[in-house]
Amino acid sequence: MKTKRRFKRGEIPTASMADIAFLLLIFFLVTTTIDMDKGLGIILPAEGEEIEIKKDNILNCLINSSGNVLLGGNPIKTKDISKEIRRKIAENDKLIISVKAHEKTKYSDYIAVIDQLKMANAKRISIAEID
Amino acid sequence: MKIQRKTKVSSDIPTASMPDIIFMLLIFFMVTTVLREYSGLSVELPRAKRIEKLKSKRHTSHIWISKEGQISIQDKLHSVEDVRHVMYDIRAADPLLTVSLKADKSAKMGLISNIHNELRKADALKLNYSTKTAVE
Repeated sequence: MKTKRRFKRGEIPTASMADIAFLLLIFFLVTTTIDMDKGLGIILPAEGEEIEIKKDNILNCLINSSGNVLLGGNPIKTKDISKEIRRKIAENDKLIISVKAHEKTKYSDYIAVIDQLKMANAKRISIAEID
Repeated sequence: MKIQRKTKVSSDIPTASMPDIIFMLLIFFMVTTVLREYSGLSVELPRAKRIEKLKSKRHTSHIWISKEGQISIQDKLHSVEDVRHVMYDIRAADPLLTVSLKADKSAKMGLISNIHNELRKADALKLNYSTKTAVE
């Protein structure tokens, strides 16, 4: 008796190809991480690049170790900074905001201030070194 | 006499091109997948509202700073003075580098400021403070 051949003329079965492709697809769907890195961008000045700036164009923003902010000599609440900065930039568009934090200031307080400056569309932000 | 239909309407969905469509999706996901390279330290990121997305994952290097002040770059712990050398090598290999600073929200600014100085010395000037999205 002759044994029956399953496939004629040496064809490759393609019926399960879709299943295999699906399986691979699901694997890559699961392993793909879509969470993009996001955050506050800033460009540091190059080493040795120190420019003299007129005193009128600098606005000092000091953050103390407990997260209180002193803007141009006056204490201010963190959430009011953007409004104040926006007003000051409208007065003087050459204004550079110099942010200076205390050594023991929490990073989150600093980020809150930078966020406020970004909200006020301040382009000229300077980060003072801690001495 | 019965009127015969001239055209036969087939009722099944053509599935012949399905593998092609799936393969196309498959190739898309294969190309976009970046397998996790480094895991880093466990940090709780601060929150901010005005955030921007980092453009390319391939041109990003992370610096992890934990609550305790540990610094990790590419799964190795480094001291502050080493950051300069490590980052210089990474910067030399990739001129489009952006440094993503993943610092814990209760990290101290003294350390962050030192990192700033080290990055300036390594000429890695594009910095991004990694944050989470704040709820309004």
